[in-house]
Amino acid sequence: MSEEPAVKKFLYLNRKAPHGTIYALEVLEMILISAMFDQDVHVAFLDDGVFQLKKGQEAKAALDIKDFGKTYRALDGYGIEKLYAERESLEERGLTADDLLVPVEVVSRRAMGALIAGMDVVLSA
Amino acid sequence: MLHTVNKSPYERRNLDACLERAVKGSTILLYEDAVYAALAAGGFAPRMRQAAQDFEICVLGPDLQARGIQDAPLVEGIRTVDYTGFVELVAAKGTATAWL
Repeated sequence: MSEEPAVKKFLYLNRKAPHGTIYALEVLEMILISAMFDQDVHVAFLDDGVFQLKKGQEAKAALDIKDFGKTYRALDGYGIEKLYAERESLEERGLTADDLLVPVEVVSRRAMGALIAGMDVVLSA
Repeated sequence: MLHTVNKSPYERRNLDACLERAVKGSTILLYEDAVYAALAAGGFAPRMRQAAQDFEICVLGPDLQARGIQDAPLVEGIRTVDYTGFVELVAAKGTATAWL
């Protein structure tokens, strides 16, 4: 008798801006690894994490460091389609969904809290 | 759900970020520099008194002790736990979210 492997709800919680520290890139690498394990993957951006999705980043040209912003647009190809950004975090930083380099579901702070509470595993930075 | 916070609220916004998203009834564990948030005499205490109405708030005793505040009054309703208590919380509360 074989059992189906358990699918868990994973949430990757991004709260840090992209280039000042390595956190954002490390979380992105975790997300790409997780795509291999057929889990129910969710990716959320809140607080300074919303800056990770800002259009027009030219980190390679400016700082000669990896421009990983592009990689968010490739997540779709790995079956990772559940991306969320918190409305209040965007507004506090003068951003709207139009400023983002990938389509996301914009959710309220309250809805973000409920999303977090509904997960089996939360990995954050 | 268990939320863990390890940064001082006097320097960083991690604890605010947690309090703004945690669902009522959640447990919040303060450890490392976040233990300063538990001090009854501190400027953050009113925020913690309010938070204690909605959440179960715990603080890690050894981190109070290391910082010389093991005998200082804590905000009413905050419970001190040891390392075993920390592990028990992780085991009992299901998913843990770290506000790093």
